[in-house]
Amino acid sequence: MSFSGADWWPLFAHFLAMSMLAIGGALAVAPDVHRYIVDERGWIDDTQFNAAVALAQSAPGPNLLFVPVVGYAVAGVAGALVALVGMLIPSTAFALLAARWGSRRRDQRGVRAFVAGMAPITIGLLLSTGGLLAMPLARIPGAWLLIVATLVLCLRTQMRPVWMIAGGALAGAFGLV
Amino acid sequence: MSDGPAGAPRSPGELMRVFSALALQGFGGVLPVAQRELVERHRWLTREQFLEALSFGQVLPGPNIVNLSLIVGDRFFGWRGAFAALLGLLGLPLLIVLTLAALYGQFASVPIVAGALRGMAAVAAGLILAMALKLVPTLAWNPLGRALSAAALLSTLATVGVLRWPMAYAVVGIGGAAFVAAWWRLGRKS
Repeated sequence: MSFSGADWWPLFAHFLAMSMLAIGGALAVAPDVHRYIVDERGWIDDTQFNAAVALAQSAPGPNLLFVPVVGYAVAGVAGALVALVGMLIPSTAFALLAARWGSRRRDQRGVRAFVAGMAPITIGLLLSTGGLLAMPLARIPGAWLLIVATLVLCLRTQMRPVWMIAGGALAGAFGLV
Repeated sequence: MSDGPAGAPRSPGELMRVFSALALQGFGGVLPVAQRELVERHRWLTREQFLEALSFGQVLPGPNIVNLSLIVGDRFFGWRGAFAALLGLLGLPLLIVLTLAALYGQFASVPIVAGALRGMAAVAAGLILAMALKLVPTLAWNPLGRALSAAALLSTLATVGVLRWPMAYAVVGIGGAAFVAAWWRLGRKS
């Protein structure tokens, strides 16, 4: 199932929806982007999806940038822009309106209940994202080693993520993964 | 206010340059850099104002750092400032990451490149899992209580991560239930 001219609107519409569901960071929507773009539409495969997230994490800038990289893998530069603009429009419009309306209301019970209710869901979504990235690598022992080493370094040291990514790239280039 | 921030951007252009500079320093997350630059270096915001903008940005849909840049930009120059900050945040990083993606596309079949990307993907998986695990202890103070927090977390992981259901069901269904439970518990306490 390759991408065709009739697929521009579904691509754009998917990211419009993701924009409003991205509570707790852009990476929280990665499982749903994967479900739609890889599983349902088959526009790109697991390897390309994983590469998109890994590239976005290795480059400077917000994690949100995995969205245009997925769009690029689907349909080139135009795909990147369609995905990014879709991901930005609804939440940006909403944020600008709400910033003026609600910043003084953040102590109200409704807002506090929303923050509290969403917190465990965000963590569940992030764990899903990590699992999703690990799954295609599940049969490679070296990949498990890298995942566990990254976890230990993150939880036990102050090492900057960029060095871990560089280490992973080196390990992979030398055939460990 | 006597304890307001010492500085302010002089123009939307300066806002854009500072957001550009902080985005380019942010490998694996821009938020820590944003705090250092906006609060400690340029002093456009006090620590409290930063936290306020951040926690409000987290409640809104959309990526936190994008919302933070919109709120900060809007505070100084209205919607022009908001777009200047957003453009600064995303412009150069987008160019860089698309260049990398194009290069990867050219060389994806070279074994060394494919291997390096697999290694980076494994580390990326570890980074995201670590980010999630570091957030777990914060649930101890959640008004939901430990049992309900754990139930919401695990059911999200099961439906989205394992069963691969559309995320909207989890966010609306489980999130809605968690919201109602938190609302009820917050009311009972006060």
